Amino acid sequence: MTTHVAHPDLPPPSTSIGAIAWLRANLFSSWLNSLLTLGSVYLLYLTIPPLISWALINADWVGTSREACESGGACWVFVGVRMNQFMYGLYPETEYWRINLAAVLLVVLMTPLFIKRFPWKRWLVPFVLFGYPVIAFVLFSGGVLGLEYVETSRWGGLTLTLILSSVGMAASLPLGIVLALGRRSHMPIVKSLSVVFIEFWRGVPLITVLFMSSVMLPLFLPEGTHFDKLLRAMIGIALFQSAYMAEVVRSGLQAIPKGQYEAAQALGLSYWQSMGLIILPQALKLVIPGIVNTFIALFKDTTLVLIIGLFDMLAMIQAALADPNWLGYAVEGLTFAALVYWVFCFSMSRYSLALERKLHTGHAR
Amino acid sequence: MSDANTSRPDSAMAEPQMIELRHVHKWYGQFHVLKDINLTVSKGERIVICGPSGSGKSTMIRCINRLEEHQEGQIIVDGTELTDDIKHIDQIRREVGMVFQHFNLFPHLTVLENCCLAPIWVRRMPRKEAERAAMQYLEKVKIPEQAKKYPGQLSGGQQQRVAIARSLCMNPSIMLFDEPTSALDPEMIKEVLDTMVELAESGMTMLCVTHEMGFAKTVANRVIFMDGGEIIEQNEPEAFFHNPQSDRTKLFLSQILAH
Repeated sequence: MTTHVAHPDLPPPSTSIGAIAWLRANLFSSWLNSLLTLGSVYLLYLTIPPLISWALINADWVGTSREACESGGACWVFVGVRMNQFMYGLYPETEYWRINLAAVLLVVLMTPLFIKRFPWKRWLVPFVLFGYPVIAFVLFSGGVLGLEYVETSRWGGLTLTLILSSVGMAASLPLGIVLALGRRSHMPIVKSLSVVFIEFWRGVPLITVLFMSSVMLPLFLPEGTHFDKLLRAMIGIALFQSAYMAEVVRSGLQAIPKGQYEAAQALGLSYWQSMGLIILPQALKLVIPGIVNTFIALFKDTTLVLIIGLFDMLAMIQAALADPNWLGYAVEGLTFAALVYWVFCFSMSRYSLALERKLHTGHAR
Repeated sequence: MSDANTSRPDSAMAEPQMIELRHVHKWYGQFHVLKDINLTVSKGERIVICGPSGSGKSTMIRCINRLEEHQEGQIIVDGTELTDDIKHIDQIRREVGMVFQHFNLFPHLTVLENCCLAPIWVRRMPRKEAERAAMQYLEKVKIPEQAKKYPGQLSGGQQQRVAIARSLCMNPSIMLFDEPTSALDPEMIKEVLDTMVELAESGMTMLCVTHEMGFAKTVANRVIFMDGGEIIEQNEPEAFFHNPQSDRTKLFLSQILAH
């Protein structure tokens, strides 16, 4: 009788692992791929080095006027000089601290939400959603507690972009959920109201909504009623986005198998209990990519408020481009805008991926 | 039908009635699925319902907890008549547990959370108490060690046992089983049937749509054969299997007992 000797683990052949194998498999697997690889490398060679030298190596970073920009590269001095306006709009300079305080407060309040076992989470979430906006509004607007009153038409820059988009997101998600449930309701009136609402708001361009809210709406309101322009824009954006959100959420609701509804019913859960505890948690998890997609679109769409005379970050940059002292630096200004928008949108995208991973419970249906 | 209600087990007659269906009709659009169903179930009775697919057996038991609506006739469960009154429906659903073919566990909740959810939200039981009760039932179906896992991490047989435990957590007086083993791999059918046999031995009133004739023989005290939306024949298992009255029953039995 022979005893079996386990075969030792041998290293794989050198052609199947490592850098060379990777290159062969991914970049030079056929003559066409090799050609494409070489072509791409050439294109990168043509574009990347000049871009780097323009944006970083030859760029001017310090200074206070256009005289500092002589090297021929990017003139980031322009962005630096105008940074305060880009961030705070036309907000009075002495009151910037109020915006900064609100921002710091938000970060302090939000951080614990990302800590897994933070004991007061169930109190903190409603506070961030309902308490914080009041505090932020008081800080921004003033007029009480000895704070100087700053009217909303002076709010601007990135601050305004963030206010508009966070209000839009916070309002459109719950409203969208209600509309989606309404559209699937068996009650004919609720259902038709939801359908009409969704199809109306989805059918008109946002720019029309904003224009109507700022120009047409005051004509219909009784004489002397003052209705803040920013508030009107916010309501317009929230209603518009909630229609999109409703359809995203509805797609999630439809993906939940009928058996889940039946099991919830059979256990005696009420309609709202089965929606809130069983259906929506699963449906919303499924449509996180769609929700974040809508949020990202909303974030970028806020730039449209420019046409009704609200000065968000892009509007401030455009205004700065018209400054006779800084003519000809549009590329720097718009590159900066693109970078800021990209950072925010990319963070949202990464956060949504992390959220999907976290909520995945390994279920198979 | 003339041959319906031929012989009723006398032993069950003394017990109070749990479920009564009187002249129940149901249509899906134009399609007449249930035709004049009359059925009385006494406390502690264990009934197996069989019949070809499309015969209306699932529809019938789904009417008992209002997952399907009947259009004519009366359904009375534990003294409460099923009407459009949501209070009656809720009351009946609290008394009637249901186990589905595809388990229908909630995939975003752990096994324990699946079991505790309804007691906490429907029965307003304190969480601690609900969890303790749930663990008892999970022990009863022999999977307490899986309590912290998600349904997606369990085998089909384990999932179905969790589903049974989840229903039992509501402390129902009636259990409905809608083909509980049809979606399972053969080697997992036994573990689920064993759980159901144990449940039957504890005196639970059970209505079970199944093709497991072994289960029917050992556990049921009445077997009902349905075809074309009607109850064709019902009898004690012994008489049902060895001395079927109608031709349709004979044909059906010959088909499913052929091998």
